[in-house]
Amino acid sequence: MAKKIGEVILEVKNISLAFGGVKALTDISFDVREHEIRSIIGPNGAGKSSMLNCINGVYQPQQGSISFKGQTFKHMNSRQVAEMGVARTFQNLALFKGMSVLDNIMTGRNLHMKCNLLLQALRWGPAEREEIAQREKVERIIDFLEIQAYRKTPVGRLPYGLQKRVDLGRALAMEPKVLLLDEPMAGMNVEEKQDMCRFILDVNDEFGTTIVLIEHDMGVVMDISDRVVVLDYGKKIGDGEPDAVRQNEDVIRAYLGTSH
Amino acid sequence: MGFLIETIFGGLMTGMLYSLIALGFVLIYKASGVFNFAQGAMVLFAALAMARFAEWIPQWTGISNPIAANVLGFAAAFAVMIAVAWLIERLALSKLVNQEGITLLMATLGITYFLEGAGQMLFGSDIYKIDVGMPKDPIFLFEKAFEGGVLVNKEDLYAALIAAAMVALLALFFQKTATGRALRAVADDHQAAQSIGIPLSTIWVIVWSVAGFVALVAGIIWGSKLGVQFSLSLVALKALPVVILGGLTSVPGAIIGGLLIGVGEKVSEVYLGPLLGGGIEIWFAYVLALMFLLVRPQGLFGEKIIDRV
Repeated sequence: MAKKIGEVILEVKNISLAFGGVKALTDISFDVREHEIRSIIGPNGAGKSSMLNCINGVYQPQQGSISFKGQTFKHMNSRQVAEMGVARTFQNLALFKGMSVLDNIMTGRNLHMKCNLLLQALRWGPAEREEIAQREKVERIIDFLEIQAYRKTPVGRLPYGLQKRVDLGRALAMEPKVLLLDEPMAGMNVEEKQDMCRFILDVNDEFGTTIVLIEHDMGVVMDISDRVVVLDYGKKIGDGEPDAVRQNEDVIRAYLGTSH
Repeated sequence: MGFLIETIFGGLMTGMLYSLIALGFVLIYKASGVFNFAQGAMVLFAALAMARFAEWIPQWTGISNPIAANVLGFAAAFAVMIAVAWLIERLALSKLVNQEGITLLMATLGITYFLEGAGQMLFGSDIYKIDVGMPKDPIFLFEKAFEGGVLVNKEDLYAALIAAAMVALLALFFQKTATGRALRAVADDHQAAQSIGIPLSTIWVIVWSVAGFVALVAGIIWGSKLGVQFSLSLVALKALPVVILGGLTSVPGAIIGGLLIGVGEKVSEVYLGPLLGGGIEIWFAYVLALMFLLVRPQGLFGEKIIDRV
């Protein structure tokens, strides 16, 4: 199926971020179009996660701006970003460990719950109906990710690969416009990676979700991305379609080093 | 035999009150990962507010019906506790998002001193009475089984019922409602909770208000038994061994831990006291907690923490 890549949905302009004297990001600009899979790659410490955290509102960049659907914002916290329709997964799992798979994914529906907290607390009529409606959506996500068997298991007890899936499920439950994935395949074996790839492509295809992906596995990145941004030492050294990036000399140098 | 049962009953009643205070600790810990050292100060503060408002409101408004005065006093004290919760979130917790647990613990230590001071400044430092009309007369149970029966204080029975009802309500709230789920989510991971759009500040105000409510109920029960005075703040220290015993993350644990310690200290005081020279009641809880720390550090019902290496 040919994908319909749309207008620019997310634009990052001249972002610079420093922690004290350490410059994590210097003057980074790129854009993300609707429905595309946009990857950010780079060697360790290149600033990929920092970039994602800026978009997500965890870090406030000292310079530059980020605009989402044409709206520019400078100071946003994670919650506001979530409200605008941006979800994320975490590099080091940040699941609610004591809670079941179902409950973890249900928390992702929080923003879609219209009833106020008091009604929810009392499980008053409308709140009860709402809970059931939300549960239906969550069950669909559970089916989609093929984790039906673990519904009631506390996530802390699941193997790593499945925890990563739950993390994705929780983000999907938000029905986001843009999904930020921070190394969704780190630490997985080949089979798990294949599964995860399939889920990412399906999400992109079926729900039309725009995906911003950070990943180390070059094979995966080159296979599934529409366009790739390459960072090194906090600077952008390449941007374009996978094939173009693969030929880029700066990128080759950054990954393989050069002889002096 | 009748005497032993009477001792156990006495212990259960004191234990129920420890449980109520421990419940406040557990609530806040479960919902925000903060070990709230200020729970005892909150009990004192709430009890002071209740005692004084129940006295002031009739003076201000001329209401002479004691029930109406108590209900209004209770409402006013609860409102004060909500305001306290809001202020704590605004002035302290919101500045400490994503900080280490120890940082938050230190903050609650500061809140403790503030509440103790502010409470006495606003409400006075005398000993006050709370009279919510709890029946004081004793009743005798099992008169057929034992000679003379078992003497139980009616007030204690009522207190136990109130505590049990609160526990049931809170357990339902945490496990079965969307808000409860959001609270548990925040406790596990601040950042992840924010990234899915859970409003941290609202959640914290709710938890601290609920803990304030629990403190108020505990304060009223203790206060109507022993009078409202500064030492109420110290009773809360007894709740520390209770949460160690029961597990910091478990609502039922707080209750059972409280009962165990209540009964344990009474029974050992009565039966071991003559052998060891008495005063066991004072240290029993702490020694028991120490032993638990050695053998089962997560407590009876706490979540065992397993780290992947």
